Amino acid sequence: MIQAILVFNNHGKPRLVRFYQHFVFVETLDKCFENVCELDLIFHMDKVHYILQEVVMGGMVLETNMNEIVAQIEAQNRLEKSEGGLSAAPARAVSAVKNINLPEIPRNINIGDLNIKVPNLSQFV
Amino acid sequence: MALKMVKGSIDRMFDKNLQDLVRGIRNHKEDEAKYISQCIDEIKQELKQDNIAVKANAVCKLTYLQMLGYDISWAAFNIIEVMSASKFTFKRIGYLAASQSFHEGTDVIMLTTNQIRKDLSSPSQYDTGVALTGLSCFVTPDLARDLANDIMTLMSHTKPYIRKKAVLIMYKVFLKYPESLRPAFPRLKEKLEDPDPGVQSAAVNVICELARRNPKNYLSLAPLFFKLMTSSTNNWVLIKIIKLFGALTPLEPRLGKKLIEPLTNLIHSTSAMSLLYECVNTVIAVLISLSSGMPNHSASIQLCVQKLRILIEDSDQNLKYLGLLAMSKILKTHPKSVQSHKDLILQCLDDKDESIRLRALDLLYGMVSKKNLMEIVKKLMTHVDKAEGTTYRDELLTKIIDICSQSNYQHITNFEWYISILVELTRLEGTRHGHLIAAQMLDVAIRVKAIRKFAVSQMSTLLDNAHLVASSTQRNGICEVLYAATWICGEFSEHLQEPQHTLEAMLRPKVTTLPGHIQAVYVQNVVKLYASILQQKEQAAETEAAQAVTQLMIDRLPQFVQSADLEVQERASCILQLVKHVQKLQAKAVPVAEEVSALFAGELNPVAPKAQKKVPVPEGLDLDAWINEPLSDSESEDEKPKAMFHEEEQRQAKHRLPEVDEEELARRREARKQEQANNPFYIKSSPSPQKRYQDSPGVEHIPVVQIDLSVPLKVPGLPLSDQYVRLEEERRHRQRLEKDKRRKKRRDKEKKGKRRHGSLPTESDEDIAPAQQVDIVTEEMPENALPSDEDDKDPNDPYRALDIDLDKPLADSEKLPVQKHRNAENSKSPEKEDVPVVEKKSKKPKKKEKKHKEKEREKEKKKEKERKDTLSVNTHTDTAPKDEVVEPRREAQDEEDEDQDQEKKPSKHKKKHKKEKEERPKDKKRSRKKLLGSEEAPGEPVQNGALEEGPLPPMSSYSLLAENSYIKMTYGIQGSLQDSQVTVSIILENLSGSVLKSMELSVLDSLNTRMARPEGSSVHDGVPVPFQLPPGVSNEAQFVFTVQSIVMAQKLKGTLSFIAKDDEGATHEKLDFKLHFSCSSYLTTTPCYSDAFAKLLESGDLSMSSIRVDGISMSFQNLLTKICFHHHFSVVERVDSCASMYSRSIQGHHICLLVKKGENSVSVDGKCSDATLLSNVLEEMKATLATC
Repeated sequence: MIQAILVFNNHGKPRLVRFYQHFVFVETLDKCFENVCELDLIFHMDKVHYILQEVVMGGMVLETNMNEIVAQIEAQNRLEKSEGGLSAAPARAVSAVKNINLPEIPRNINIGDLNIKVPNLSQFV
Repeated sequence: MALKMVKGSIDRMFDKNLQDLVRGIRNHKEDEAKYISQCIDEIKQELKQDNIAVKANAVCKLTYLQMLGYDISWAAFNIIEVMSASKFTFKRIGYLAASQSFHEGTDVIMLTTNQIRKDLSSPSQYDTGVALTGLSCFVTPDLARDLANDIMTLMSHTKPYIRKKAVLIMYKVFLKYPESLRPAFPRLKEKLEDPDPGVQSAAVNVICELARRNPKNYLSLAPLFFKLMTSSTNNWVLIKIIKLFGALTPLEPRLGKKLIEPLTNLIHSTSAMSLLYECVNTVIAVLISLSSGMPNHSASIQLCVQKLRILIEDSDQNLKYLGLLAMSKILKTHPKSVQSHKDLILQCLDDKDESIRLRALDLLYGMVSKKNLMEIVKKLMTHVDKAEGTTYRDELLTKIIDICSQSNYQHITNFEWYISILVELTRLEGTRHGHLIAAQMLDVAIRVKAIRKFAVSQMSTLLDNAHLVASSTQRNGICEVLYAATWICGEFSEHLQEPQHTLEAMLRPKVTTLPGHIQAVYVQNVVKLYASILQQKEQAAETEAAQAVTQLMIDRLPQFVQSADLEVQERASCILQLVKHVQKLQAKAVPVAEEVSALFAGELNPVAPKAQKKVPVPEGLDLDAWINEPLSDSESEDEKPKAMFHEEEQRQAKHRLPEVDEEELARRREARKQEQANNPFYIKSSPSPQKRYQDSPGVEHIPVVQIDLSVPLKVPGLPLSDQYVRLEEERRHRQRLEKDKRRKKRRDKEKKGKRRHGSLPTESDEDIAPAQQVDIVTEEMPENALPSDEDDKDPNDPYRALDIDLDKPLADSEKLPVQKHRNAENSKSPEKEDVPVVEKKSKKPKKKEKKHKEKEREKEKKKEKERKDTLSVNTHTDTAPKDEVVEPRREAQDEEDEDQDQEKKPSKHKKKHKKEKEERPKDKKRSRKKLLGSEEAPGEPVQNGALEEGPLPPMSSYSLLAENSYIKMTYGIQGSLQDSQVTVSIILENLSGSVLKSMELSVLDSLNTRMARPEGSSVHDGVPVPFQLPPGVSNEAQFVFTVQSIVMAQKLKGTLSFIAKDDEGATHEKLDFKLHFSCSSYLTTTPCYSDAFAKLLESGDLSMSSIRVDGISMSFQNLLTKICFHHHFSVVERVDSCASMYSRSIQGHHICLLVKKGENSVSVDGKCSDATLLSNVLEEMKATLATC
């Protein structure tokens, strides 16, 4: 019964990988996040869980074939996207805007003669 | 609507999402708690909104906070709301939150039952999947009970993705609801051969997990697993199976022999360390189970040890650890092969990783022999000195003691050495294991008689230096040794060289700072010592000295009388009085020593820890019976205060009694002894035979090797064990020389020295005779003690509940509870419970999945008998008879399987096999008969009603379709609620000696009824039967028909064409048949609740009709069962001999029946939305009833 999974960053090599070669969690993370790093795991805790749930279920290993796991995760992501459709678009736009980091935009923007005064914006967060 | 949605999402834009929350928390490092509480407030606001997206977002953030350790149980209800969202995106979030935060104590969890059930049966596989995943984390016994059946259905889902999850979650269900194991097991077993590797792996996982706990119930699966092991390439599956075999081999040694070869191959070939490790592990298990009488496996052991050495030498700590772990297993049976790697293991003792050091210690435990014990312990002692952490040091200490004391001090040749080791260990500061050392000291001193003198001298030194031990700031653990020291000095005071000195040491004021229980022992043993001093002095006629000792006692004892500890106080005051009395007598010059020492006459014997438990209860004694009937409540209430008062008075009176003198004491002691002698429950001190042997000649007869006195025994201060090591070496050397001399004289006459134990030491061991020819007094056990060790089992083990015999046939009472409607409590018929599943099942065999389904069915047929039982629970209408018919084929398969078995496990199975063979002909006959008489089938699988009213005639919904010399066809029809379809299951049985192949079924469609054909084929094409039939085999094929009008019975003409091929050649044959679609076959068993039924009848838009049949002798219950079975009705309500029944056609017509039974007749009143249908159904029913 698997109670917990620890992912170590051991100079880029998860420690147990050598022992559990067939235990593909980290590789799967790597594939789904494209070169996974700690921040991915922290900011996308939910996604990590979804991936984990395709590998381990209730403490038991569910699937060890990485291609199968990735395929299922992608299928679910597609499903999610299709459900999102139009109504999700504004949220995505906002999330992009939020990521711009507004306070760092210069207060005055001078382009030739044009002088744009930027209102004092606070960080969205 | 769309606008509202957009507006909702614009509102949402400014809510934080998960990433914002994470970022925020990271930006507020200083005031994280404040920031989070602010966020939680926001989340609470968001949860109040109607928009499910907002709620889901909030729940998602909560999940993150939960991970950080914040309590989110208050949001449980909101989580359930999100779980029930229709969109997968949100549902997923909800289930994730639930899986993280729900637990058995979550009270709203029961609200999820219906939601989960809904999701489980959702058409989207991902909804089902997410529900299964979530459920696996928070399944409770209630959920498990309510959903077990739904999950079981999902185990045969068409999508492997769902199947594997359903299979896997069954383990959780079993754990929470063990009753589900037996009904679900056959299907689980089937999944071992699922075409999808994921499902297969899941099934292996579950079964291995089950079998690991209760292996004996799964022995019968060994051949199947063996096949999987040799064929699978999935390392994970291999590991699981190999682990399982490791658990099975101890139960079935023959299995082990089979395993060795493939396992060694795997060890050689695999590159995966984990697989290698598991293989080694199982090989070890096999070798352990084979250890007797299998000489030629040293090669495998060598291989294992070699591979393990590679693991241990690896730089990876994990591998090192595992290598050591496995090594310790080998050690138990093949110590020699491990002992050659002692260097490596001692090297591990210096590892920087503590867990590795501990493992190495464990190994050392098994590696010691007489020869190397001292050396190893010496090494360990240096480690003790070096060790920095107290935990590790304590661990070392316990290990040293374990190593030395193992199997009754088998390896200790010199107990003086051991005692000095123990004394050295007392110098450890801050250890928690003082009591362990104390226990060892006591044990050795009591059981090794020859060592007592030495032990006493050491202990008195220890007592002398008690201040060293007791004054250390952390007095917690180590002062326990004083307990032992005092007791030993007191009990064996005759060995003391300077008893007076020790007595003074024991009476020091410092002693009062020790813990109470130790002081108590001090007080008690002071008297023992006193008694022996008194005796000495009196014998030497030194009256004054004797009086001086008494005076000393009287002077010092009061310090104990003042003790805060009651035990100390009581003992001290008792003894003080005693001593005062002695003083009086001494003043009169009366000799008292005899009497005082009589107080402590006799010896205390070691009693085995479980001795008391093992005293057998004599016949006729009921320990639970009342000796006096308890008083009734009212009485006792009145009585109680009085009784208490009375008792108290008595006690006071007792206190005032004058002190009893010794004579009285002695008399009482005698009386007590007498009483004990007659008391069968008292463990007597004398009768054990080995004890008597020791007592008789005393210690003197034991040839104690004189210790070389050139080295003074009494080392000033504390002794050094090293000296004993040196001494011992010298002694051994001398012994060897002596022996050599002797050997020259008489070569091989000796060798069989008496051993204390049955265990066989290595040859080199045998040469070393122990320094003290010690008898180790074995612990006493009551006579005729029960040998059972049942008390070792932990009754709270959750896996015990799963210790279920899976080979027993399923009893009726063990069926899985099937989904019930809450408001349907008044409808009592068990029939109803079965229905929803039927519905689900009947939905399945449909156009698209038909082919797959058929394949599956074919597979299912090969499976074991138990399946019938399970299926009959679910689908009484179709499966029961089908399985019966399938039996012959299955048997053929079985026979093959079993032949294989036999090769694998020769003798044990032979017996079983024979038995089965004996049974088989009967079985066969039975099934054949069933095939011939279409109306026959066993009654057991029919679960329509309780069978309390006499035996139910066997029933089958299959009837003969056509027959010729080659083939026999029987068929059954079931309707499915959707699309006006019926499925015709045709069982084809090959009666000839030739192989039937290329079977094709062609049916002439009518306008009303058409056969569903594969796409692209014309109306005139036949539908191929997807299998061939070898001689004597039967199989079932299913065909789907679409029906337009169902109010009338239909007949379709058709032909089965096939090629019969035997040795002489092939012939093309045909068989014509007529398919009869009765109206009943268009009905599907559908549950109905009494209130809905009543409404239906009241609605008034149903037409009515009725029939009456006379001359019926069958019981009403059976009658109903028959109607249910043949006409697909369900009982709504039954009152005495009157029942309302309901069914629904595949096109949605309701049919309600009122069945009444008179003396010898039955009348059936029906109401239906279609009059023609009703009258036709009633006609058919009449025909059925007429046969009753």
